[in-house]
Amino acid sequence: MFAEFLQYLFSGVTIGATYALVALGFTLVYNASHVINFAQGEFLMIGGMSTVSLLAMGVPLPLAIAMAVALAAVLGMALHKLAIAPARKADVITLIIITIGASIFLRGLAQIIWGKEFHTMPGFSAAESVNVLGAVMYTQSLWVLAVAGVMVLLLALFFTRTLMGKAILATSMNPGAARLMGIRTQFVLMLAFMLAAVLGAMAGIMVAPITLTAYDIGIMLGLKGFVAAAIGGMGSGVGAVVGGLLLGIAEAMTAGYISSDYKDAVAFLLILVILFFMPRGLFGARVAERV
Amino acid sequence: MNQTLQQRDEMSSEDAVQAAPLLAVRGLSKAFGGVHAVDELSFQILPGQIYAVIGPNGAGKTTLFNLITGLYQPDQGGVSLKGEAVQGLPPERLARLGMSRTFQNLQICMNMTALENVMLGRHLHLKRNFLAVLLRWPSLRASERTCRAQAEELIRFVGCGDYVNAEAAAMPYGALKRLEIARALATQPSILLLDEPAAGLNSTETAALEQLIRKVAAGGITVVLVEHDMKLVMSISDRILVLDYGRKLAEGTPREIRDNPDVIAAYLGG
Amino acid sequence: MALLRLPERVPGLPVLALVLLLVPLFLGNEFHLDIATQIALIAATVVGLNLLVGYGGQVSLGHAAFFGMGAYASAILTGTYGWTSMPALLCGALLVAVLAWTLGRPILRLKGHYLSMATLGMGIIIAIVINNEGWLTGGPDGLAVEPLTVLGAELSIFDHYSVLGLDVSGALLWYGLAALLLLLAVWIARNLVDSPIGRALRAVHGSEVAARVVGVDTAHYKLLIFVISAVYASVMGSFYAHYTGFITPQVASFEHSIELITMVVLGGMASTYGVILGAVLLMLLPQLLTDFQDYEMMMFGLILMLTMIFMPKGLLPTLSEALKRLRSRPATAPAGQE
Repeated sequence: MFAEFLQYLFSGVTIGATYALVALGFTLVYNASHVINFAQGEFLMIGGMSTVSLLAMGVPLPLAIAMAVALAAVLGMALHKLAIAPARKADVITLIIITIGASIFLRGLAQIIWGKEFHTMPGFSAAESVNVLGAVMYTQSLWVLAVAGVMVLLLALFFTRTLMGKAILATSMNPGAARLMGIRTQFVLMLAFMLAAVLGAMAGIMVAPITLTAYDIGIMLGLKGFVAAAIGGMGSGVGAVVGGLLLGIAEAMTAGYISSDYKDAVAFLLILVILFFMPRGLFGARVAERV
Repeated sequence: MNQTLQQRDEMSSEDAVQAAPLLAVRGLSKAFGGVHAVDELSFQILPGQIYAVIGPNGAGKTTLFNLITGLYQPDQGGVSLKGEAVQGLPPERLARLGMSRTFQNLQICMNMTALENVMLGRHLHLKRNFLAVLLRWPSLRASERTCRAQAEELIRFVGCGDYVNAEAAAMPYGALKRLEIARALATQPSILLLDEPAAGLNSTETAALEQLIRKVAAGGITVVLVEHDMKLVMSISDRILVLDYGRKLAEGTPREIRDNPDVIAAYLGG
Repeated sequence: MALLRLPERVPGLPVLALVLLLVPLFLGNEFHLDIATQIALIAATVVGLNLLVGYGGQVSLGHAAFFGMGAYASAILTGTYGWTSMPALLCGALLVAVLAWTLGRPILRLKGHYLSMATLGMGIIIAIVINNEGWLTGGPDGLAVEPLTVLGAELSIFDHYSVLGLDVSGALLWYGLAALLLLLAVWIARNLVDSPIGRALRAVHGSEVAARVVGVDTAHYKLLIFVISAVYASVMGSFYAHYTGFITPQVASFEHSIELITMVVLGGMASTYGVILGAVLLMLLPQLLTDFQDYEMMMFGLILMLTMIFMPKGLLPTLSEALKRLRSRPATAPAGQE
């Protein structure tokens, strides 16, 4: 009984850690530019798929990961430079459509390069398992948790300790003032898109050995990350991490105890409930509207 | 100048004896994060008056307007309109009770024409039967025609006759400020609140605005205005309320205010 | 000078009717007619969605769910329960209206990104339910739909009918019906927009606070237009199901919602004829791109991105502005030289 619960919890936390990274990417971009980047999920796909390809070419895993992440980073910057920056004065909804266009473009590109079939990726280390109080935890899950933890820690240090991180925060709070203080806001925005792409790609690479990867996995994973960010209250870093973990656990519990058919519905039910009763999410700021 | 001021003083003190207040504010308070924007404020406005609220920037004038018109919820205190308690009511309810306003930062619907903006002001007085609208019944067409004519007349009344069919987004600032007044008048209010109507206008435009406000008041509408242009305020107001840090510094006729040592100190000495 | 000015307002409805009348003359075969019929049905859906998104300024990323509910209500009620088409269609529309009204109240309190997230969530949940409840909906495999019955007569694209002594194919009749539905959808939408309700609605988009201080109950109008646009989608979904004869959960999917909203934004928000153009282009694009086969998806995304970057207001408003500028240039140039 308890072992079963623990088993669901493990798988929930594992997938939740991936959601958390995607959510952090959403949050980063949203904070810096107030754009919701619907192409965010595609970076997971690109991270996973290019690692698979590089491994097939015989590139060692650590180098393959680094190269895949670098590719995603370049694509993230290009996305901002070529698609978002030229349209920055457009309506919210126009920007949403542009990022959706970008995600379809990337998906189409991936389909040409990698085809429509699923690809498998070996785990980071031998597929052993650890027995914890009767529940099984695979080594890849441990890898996911460890890497996600390190990424979150690095991100926290980046924002609190480095000038660049503080510049991003300043730009998100008040772009006008940041520009007056000599911060090149366009560069900062590009950096935010790049970091988000890196986070997405890492999440995609870590989760690929567990869930397989294909050209169109970005849609659902991206949407789930989006939901996790919203649960935490768009724009809060802590909220994104908590939101991601909560979502992962809720999904695993639903799949385990209720119905695996409705696993995907949990995320969207959760977002409705949270928005209805806590319109700014769990950690979102309450802002008074000014007239 | 002095003589006209004196006449005004006598007129308004006579009114004070006769009429019940149109708008009464009692002990109104609102704080934002510990800062008292409006603090224990009380005053009354009589029907037909032109009532000005002045004070330095950040004195709480716009907050006061937002409290009276239902955009903010007061922390404490009451507002009554025609003897009825209205604090906390949303703006759309207050509009039904005859209150209308303009905004310091223009709130014009830029996705509509000038005419449509003013026709929007007629909203409460129009047939809005759903089926009639869907099928465009003759009765609806007639009601729309009347509404259009009334709106055109109002646009001319505020001096924007050249812009009747213009897209709001293509109109100059001064004209938009007048258009906002026309829209507020279209609701047929008994009390009209103007938030800095002269801000950003040149002296010719301000003179025209003064005439417009007088015409509106002459039509029996009580006018409350927040304004920085002291020349305008002194010349058209029946009574003036001076705010400082959300509190009432002084209240009285323009003459009383001009001679009030506290006001002089706040404006010149502070 | 006044003589040089062309009429500002082109009478849209007669022009649209004329275009719809002429289209079949230029279509080579039944396949083209089939696409034209589908475009007309989807365009009518988008005209309704534009009321909410373009005029009301309220984003919906879940509208295909209402389209799908209408489609499945008609399919299930006529197929499984043997109802005739019209009662099934009305029942579906009523169901959708009640659902939209119930969900709309909490959803429409949200703004901007939060509103888009909530509508997206609502849409996906409905799509998942349709996908999972196979006993009722046939699940991912889809569901066959009975032909449309009008006044006791079946309208099937495979039959031929005698109309006023002429032999007319069922496919052409279906096209005529879809064209009529589109005209009706446009007529009702124009009536709504150019009315007190329409002004209140556009004011919600332009300045919600301005609308409220003149007495507009903005929450009421947002909900009203949400329900209206949902019913548009439901009714067109019903006809679409009968027309295609087979539906899958794809009609209610997130991707379909995105297609619908893209048609609105691409064609031009708050432009009834613009969004029809958006529907036409977006549905023709895959046909044009089939020659590129594997590159279809990539090209589609690229075209979408580029159009929105360079014409953020949408096609028709951008084109008509360019036309206006072109037209006013000869008139203003001499004045500028003075």
